[in-house]
Amino acid sequence: MPDLLDIRNLRIEATSYPPGEAPRDVVLVDDVSVSVAKGKVLGLIGESGAGKSTIGLSAMAYGRGGVRLTGGEILLNGRNIRLADPAALRALRGREVTYVAQSAAAAFNPAKRLMEQVIETSLTHGLMSRADAEKRAVMLFGKLGLPNPETFGTRYPHQVSGGQLQRAMTAMALCPKPDLVIFDEPTTALDVTTQIDVLAAIKEAIHDTGVAALYITHDLAVVAQVADDILVLRHGKKVEYGPTAQIITDPHQDYTRALVSVRSIDHVEKPEAPPVLSIQNVTARYRGTNFDVLKNVTVDLPAGQTLAVVGESGSGKSTLARAITGLLPPSQGRITFAGRELSRDLQSRSRDDLRELQMIYQMADTAMNPRQTVGTIIGRPLEFYFGMTGDEKRIRVQELLDEIEMGKGYIDRYPAELSGGQKQRVCIARALAAKPKLIICDEVTSALDPLVADGILKLLLNLQAQEHVAYLFITHDLATVKAIADRIAVMYRGQVVRYGSKTDVLTPPFDDYTDLLLSSVPEMQLGWLEQVLAHRKMESAGN
Amino acid sequence: MKMPLSALIGLVLTGIFLFCAVFAQLIAPYPLDAVTGGVWEGPSEAHWLGTDTIGRDILSRLIHGGQITIFVALASSLISFGLGSFLGFLAAVRGGWIDQGLSRLVDLMMAIPSLIIALVVLSVLPINLTVLILVMGLLDSTRVFRLSRAVAMDIAVMDYVEAAKLRGEGQSWIIFREILPNALSPLVAEFGLRFIFAVLFISTLSFLGLGIQPPLADWGGMVKENKDGLIYGKSAALMPALAIALLAISVNLVADWILSRTTSLKGGRGA
Amino acid sequence: MHPILKLVVQRIALGLLLLLAVSLLIFLGTEALPGDVAQAILGQSATPEALANLRESLGLNQPSYVRYFQWLGGILTGDFGVALTNGQDIGQAIGQRLGNTLFLATCAAVISVPLAILLGLVAARYNGRWPDKVISGVTLSTISLPEFVAAYFVIFLLTQVIPIFQPVAMVFPGMSFWDRLQAVALPVIVLVLVVLAHMMRMTRAAILNVMQSAYIETAELKGLSPMRVIWQHAFPNAIAPIVSVVVLNLAYLVVGVVVVEVVFGYNALGQYLVDHVAKRDLPVVQAVGLIFAAVYIGLNILADVIAIVANPRLRHPK
Repeated sequence: MPDLLDIRNLRIEATSYPPGEAPRDVVLVDDVSVSVAKGKVLGLIGESGAGKSTIGLSAMAYGRGGVRLTGGEILLNGRNIRLADPAALRALRGREVTYVAQSAAAAFNPAKRLMEQVIETSLTHGLMSRADAEKRAVMLFGKLGLPNPETFGTRYPHQVSGGQLQRAMTAMALCPKPDLVIFDEPTTALDVTTQIDVLAAIKEAIHDTGVAALYITHDLAVVAQVADDILVLRHGKKVEYGPTAQIITDPHQDYTRALVSVRSIDHVEKPEAPPVLSIQNVTARYRGTNFDVLKNVTVDLPAGQTLAVVGESGSGKSTLARAITGLLPPSQGRITFAGRELSRDLQSRSRDDLRELQMIYQMADTAMNPRQTVGTIIGRPLEFYFGMTGDEKRIRVQELLDEIEMGKGYIDRYPAELSGGQKQRVCIARALAAKPKLIICDEVTSALDPLVADGILKLLLNLQAQEHVAYLFITHDLATVKAIADRIAVMYRGQVVRYGSKTDVLTPPFDDYTDLLLSSVPEMQLGWLEQVLAHRKMESAGN
Repeated sequence: MKMPLSALIGLVLTGIFLFCAVFAQLIAPYPLDAVTGGVWEGPSEAHWLGTDTIGRDILSRLIHGGQITIFVALASSLISFGLGSFLGFLAAVRGGWIDQGLSRLVDLMMAIPSLIIALVVLSVLPINLTVLILVMGLLDSTRVFRLSRAVAMDIAVMDYVEAAKLRGEGQSWIIFREILPNALSPLVAEFGLRFIFAVLFISTLSFLGLGIQPPLADWGGMVKENKDGLIYGKSAALMPALAIALLAISVNLVADWILSRTTSLKGGRGA
Repeated sequence: MHPILKLVVQRIALGLLLLLAVSLLIFLGTEALPGDVAQAILGQSATPEALANLRESLGLNQPSYVRYFQWLGGILTGDFGVALTNGQDIGQAIGQRLGNTLFLATCAAVISVPLAILLGLVAARYNGRWPDKVISGVTLSTISLPEFVAAYFVIFLLTQVIPIFQPVAMVFPGMSFWDRLQAVALPVIVLVLVVLAHMMRMTRAAILNVMQSAYIETAELKGLSPMRVIWQHAFPNAIAPIVSVVVLNLAYLVVGVVVVEVVFGYNALGQYLVDHVAKRDLPVVQAVGLIFAAVYIGLNILADVIAIVANPRLRHPK
């Protein structure tokens, strides 16, 4: 019996329109072959631009925004659909193959009730009666752990949470009993504690309905929990293709090995030291609101060390950075920095206060003025704080570029001419130029691909060893925390719920939230998801 | 970067219009008010575009009229632009009551169509060049204010502006070095659009008899003078109308091109 | 109160407040300007006594806020005062002409709205292909024309090149509906031309914006027919932006009407306004200006209210 989906030598192209140049064709996917048997799950993994979503959508013979399927065969249930006519494609889309998008919030029609959208394909393809379709939808809502499955469908998309929408989208994909579901990064936009539940729900639904799936993600640890086979992609080409166990435990290619061992930087925490930054009982709220986004926060950061502030969206971790920098003056509490008390708001701080406290942002793209060259960007703090000009400044800028391992030839470039990792390095150099005692790093690796992020983390650690600079490292990613922190503060709803040295914070016994947070982070091992769920079940039974 | 054909055409035509406006006195074959032929003559060797309602050379009047039209439009768009962008930037950077006050005032002025306000105001004020330029400039500055405020607000929340604030930079560095270079191309394109609007506005006022007053003449007024000829099949009124349309379209083409370049410039935000 | 009702009430209240501020601007703004109504009426050669007499009889010696409230109170009770130039009752004069203006604007709206939506749909459907390019090219050039220039091109074309219409639009009381329609045909064509371009371009942009949403891709990936994608998924979301585009452009008609009436010598409100600006008849200008502003503000409120009502997030709050 042939495989459900059999992709052979697939080639996908698109026309690129670079500004100011003639349009040209670019190859997005080159000579990729892969197959999915009935009821099996294939994981597609790679960095951004690897072509994983493009391949995923090709299983429905769909090209997004002018993408063309130019070569090879896409065999679905034995027939080649690559060049099928529109009517044939309409007949298979939503019936044989369905799709779950990354952002369910955007993928649902805001003007229609969820039930209407979930059962739409079952009706338009004439698969079942409305009553049967609604019954099946309610069954799926229940299976996916949605609250009040009987009435859930009467709501509009904006009336339910992001995690619930993602489950509803899965129900929508499963409702017409397809042969194959394409999951396109279905948990990437979710917080880590939500992600684990949605992941478990998806896995169980796949298992119970016996559907086959393509699971697309950039997170190898996630895909290891659901996939039978994994295809590793890079720049539109196959890197490695094999059973999940082999990819995780015995990768054959260097690139796969790097992905598997990502964030395994071995960082030993430094011994206690006197603090460079001391935050005492800080409480803050945004103007015009009556809700404290920071509540009584007290933490210390030893000189030359890293304090990781970890929490989910809305936990107040970025607000803490704004309070320290003076952008959001706290309503109560004191902040002591380098032995002197910092004034609450930015305007009344001394130039040395400003110089010694630098900041690096999540989006390097928007953190640099696009109209300034790298030389101007890094040179400005030199000029502003130290009065350097001319050759002296240029030489120092080049030294800084050397320090961030970028070397010659970048000083006169514009940010738009740099890669994502290079941009973030320039931002680091700009912060270093001020000779700071403390750098606040706000999710500086979150927007980067895993290997690039690893490079940035290693650079930050090296610079810390050389320059004795302290980092306040804000992140939602626990793997990053383990790689870089000396001390950790766990934040939840504006409060620090756990604080101490890395070892202390990561060693049981835990408080409830830290336990939930730590156990939700996917680990690069087979069966992790089952273990966690079994463990949680046992604990809740014990209570 | 290669310039598209449409922008090139627009640029050349705009250049010709400006050249004729500046050197009108040298180029025009006859003086503005000289009666040099019969009434409503067709095109001839002496009068390339024919003569008008009292026998004046249409081409000469077009060139002289263009000078007035373009001068008034340019002057009023400079006022609207200078005032609007200055106040817009100020409102965006300062915020608080300055922003509130200016924004509400602009809301109020934009709640009435500009033409209606202009008519109300011109029923009281003496109608002369200075008044026309000031009234048009002030009325139109509301649009420039809205745009430049919005552009500056967009840029002011960028992380690089926050980084400059955290560095301790003063307000003038933030406005002139961080915000302005990034706001420039949409504002330049907007200047083109404001200029077109001013051309259409002054022409409309003159056509209604409430703009440029005789003995001066502009294109809108020329349409008014010659409109009766249309009934007899004389196309004299169409010439100034055509000039207005052509100037507006040419500047539009150039502005469109500048706007499309905004995102694709080296280091542009969309790159 | 349902939150949506609250928003609508708020918006309408805000609009009324704005209208009040506009009346203040129209009345006191003209007072503050360096011009003298009495001087304007009597001319430069008037004797000081004559000026003083006129000021007295016009009530110009009272404080301006007193006259403002008298004026506003009059308008609210239907009394617009009398014209300076001929002593005619302004309310009556407006009454006679308002109907003509509304007739012209309504005819233009009835033709341009469906046409603009249809063309906008066609242009969006064939986005980037030749029907779109033709429609966009033609409308781009009409956008660059002031109303009176468009008017004379149309007049020349339809009365001289292809003589099928009369170049003036005379209407008088007692005229039959059909004759009236024929009389306004040419001005209506001009107005349609002027409004159509803006309306069609904005409609096209609104539809394209919706068609590029992720939920349209979802619908396509469900294997739905193109018609179902458009009617079930695009249309419910596009209706609010399209309606507000249409209403905003009807407000734009308010300005177009003034100029077009003058071009065709059509005896209505716009013509009345322009005539009295030239005659410096301030009470008439203030009254008619306020009416135009009220219509414009009213349409803007309507556009906002429709946008509020059509928003599913507001209609079905959490």
